[in-house]
Amino acid sequence: MSTQSKPRVRVPTTATKGELIEIKTLISHDMETGQRNDSAGKTIPRRIINRFTAAFAGKTFFEADWHPSISANPYQSFFYRAEQSGEFTFTWKDDDGSEYAATAKLTVA
Amino acid sequence: MPDCANPVEPLSRRKALAMAAAGAAFAVLLPHIAHGDPAAIEAELKKLYGDKPLVAGKIKLDVPQIAENGLVVPINVEVESAMTGQDFVKAVHVFADGNPLPGVVSYRFTAAAGKAAASTRMRLAQTQNIVCVAEMSSGALHSTKAEVKVTIGGCGG
Repeated sequence: MSTQSKPRVRVPTTATKGELIEIKTLISHDMETGQRNDSAGKTIPRRIINRFTAAFAGKTFFEADWHPSISANPYQSFFYRAEQSGEFTFTWKDDDGSEYAATAKLTVA
Repeated sequence: MPDCANPVEPLSRRKALAMAAAGAAFAVLLPHIAHGDPAAIEAELKKLYGDKPLVAGKIKLDVPQIAENGLVVPINVEVESAMTGQDFVKAVHVFADGNPLPGVVSYRFTAAAGKAAASTRMRLAQTQNIVCVAEMSSGALHSTKAEVKVTIGGCGG
């Protein structure tokens, strides 16, 4: 399972001005806590996604610092108040330095 | 496991095996079962906010009273706030006092979010308290607490 982390995002594509929309995200990741031992008794090094960022039109509006207590394949939902059309950018930052990203377009009528 | 609701139903062999397997997997994943340190949360809060007083209220913390699987426990936090330019929720921190590392998640909100609410899923090593602290834009701190009973690999643990 620890191959490529694949983000999935559910965002409404359209909204009315001022509408509160819920955004749901999910990404596949082991979220290795750094607390476990392998069969030889050696600690398996920690490797989690430590930060999730949500931005709209380049401006960050929600951030989550995840700790090892977050479950594998982390799920995160949150809200955004739609004011104008634009694009969401979602970023997941891994302990190993890699970044995973997803985008979604929103049209405000 | 919905069959927990019916205590008279006998365990089938398949269910018993599944439960045993779940229990074993849990034990391997979380070896530090006996830890639990509420003082660590206080130390963490002191580092963040000094000796500022915590006021109860404003936070709606939604966690199950009983979690059958400690590996995936849903948590939903909502903080009462107008979320306008001057009055919004800056940050929300969630701690679990019975986990080897008490920190669960820290959220940072902006007024653009429109609503200070978020939900995720966490791991819990044992029955313990979930502590939630919210920092408002005015600097005020609010907190709330809820207990989650973790039954490991079966009913009524």
